[in-house]
Amino acid sequence: MKFSDFVTIDAIQADLSANDKENVIRELVGNLVGAKRINSKDADSIVEAIMKREELGSTGIGRGIAVPHTKHPSVSQLTGTVGVSQGGVDFQSLDGEPVQLFFLLVSPPDRPGDHLRALENISRQLRDDMFCKFLKQSKTADEVKILLEEADNNQFVS
Amino acid sequence: MSITSNETRRVTVNNPHGLHLRPAGMVAKLCRKFESQIEISKGNLRVDARDVLAIVTLFAEKGSELELHVSGTDAITAISELAELISSEFSDELPGNDQL
Repeated sequence: MKFSDFVTIDAIQADLSANDKENVIRELVGNLVGAKRINSKDADSIVEAIMKREELGSTGIGRGIAVPHTKHPSVSQLTGTVGVSQGGVDFQSLDGEPVQLFFLLVSPPDRPGDHLRALENISRQLRDDMFCKFLKQSKTADEVKILLEEADNNQFVS
Repeated sequence: MSITSNETRRVTVNNPHGLHLRPAGMVAKLCRKFESQIEISKGNLRVDARDVLAIVTLFAEKGSELELHVSGTDAITAISELAELISSEFSDELPGNDQL
């Protein structure tokens, strides 16, 4: 699976303004609503489900990266977006470090395989220090988009 | 004097959703308890079991066969606890809990 299979380009944001966990999730979900991938009436319920998942253990997996996610019946295919916080957000990460890079995923309840494939792709690409660093340095959505395209073309991982 | 041993064991993933983020986090957390070096392999890919991101790259779905490679003074205990965890359905993923 590639980033282009699940990342909504129009929902990418490189200058997230929220500075706490719930609001950054709300901002990312709001971007998916803005890009018409999620109905505005479902946004609150999706944010609530993602926060409930976070209570089971933070998806802040270290290295300044978090993958907040949930299943939700309102989506028929895996839907995601990317956000960059220049200042970093306290996400109760495994390593205690603030999170700068967010990959938010909403999956249909009956497609756990797609969720695992997307996670595999995100993890594999982000293990490349250069890709991770460049993403964190992105100042515009276009820069993020180009980096994701380069990653999809295997320019970072052999 | 503590004795170093090298242990290898094959295990099958039984969690219906595979080793996604939360099970991978539980595996990494367990492995950090031990002083032994612990790696997990699937096919040609071999990763550090303390690294959540690395575990997820194994793309270990239900039914996947993994090999555990443990080396150190607490290798026997470590491999036994790790094999038990990976082959379990993971305690918080019982029916009724639908979270990934």
